[in-house]
Amino acid sequence: MPDATKEVQKKEADAPEKGELTRASRVYAPSVDIIERKDDIIVTADMPGVDEKSVDIMLEKNVLTIYGKVEAVIPEKHNLYISEYGIGDYQRAFTLTDEVDREKIQASVKNGVLRVVLPKAEAIKTKKITVKAEA
Amino acid sequence: MLWSDFERLGRFLEPWRDFERMHRVLSGRASALSIEFPALNVWVSGDNAVVTTELPGVDPNTIDISVVGKSLTIRGAREPEVLKEGESYHRRERWSGQFTKTIELPFTIDTTKVEAKFIKGVLHINLPRAEADKPRKIAVKSA
Repeated sequence: MPDATKEVQKKEADAPEKGELTRASRVYAPSVDIIERKDDIIVTADMPGVDEKSVDIMLEKNVLTIYGKVEAVIPEKHNLYISEYGIGDYQRAFTLTDEVDREKIQASVKNGVLRVVLPKAEAIKTKKITVKAEA
Repeated sequence: MLWSDFERLGRFLEPWRDFERMHRVLSGRASALSIEFPALNVWVSGDNAVVTTELPGVDPNTIDISVVGKSLTIRGAREPEVLKEGESYHRRERWSGQFTKTIELPFTIDTTKVEAKFIKGVLHINLPRAEADKPRKIAVKSA
């Protein structure tokens, strides 16, 4: 599916239930890939314009929220001639299951892509109960 | 008021919330329909143009920028993550693959002075107007 059509329009983030931001900035929901691996879950989010200093990752109760602040770079003395995309902050929230070891969550940003590694909790990893067939 | 009145009011508010949600979605997408990937923003002054586009995760060394006359073409690609045995996608929303975008600028460009920067996943291209293309002031002599 991803090869067929590339999503061009940025999706506006769902209105935050906790209230608006004080900064009057547009907020978009970044496109996200979530991959489950053997020992961890990787969340990759496209956040162009964001670096490691302008990204905020919060874990409150079970909800992981990623927020990226974007400074719009507007060339001086130029007029906007064509505008195909809007510029704004990024936000998205996920509910984590108990599987995740909260203490060991790691995140990195490269070229506007945020990568969050959520290691699976030890207890979940090692529990593998073999089931025998009852004759 | 009767309890049944409250119930009726509650059900009335629901379609309004659906309407608000639809309105938000539609107004966000008003101009969506025929833009080719990747989306560009173009800023123009009398003698310069700046083109910006968001290409997160793309290796800047693989981005191909070519300028011919008034035409700017940007080409590049982003490889998808290769999953190993036992790994699976819970969600897959990010794009991958090749892209080509051509745009027509309002004036001819001086191709020797084009500069491009790739900052935090955003490509910024600076395109100065060709000297020959700049309007020349013509002095009006009075007879």
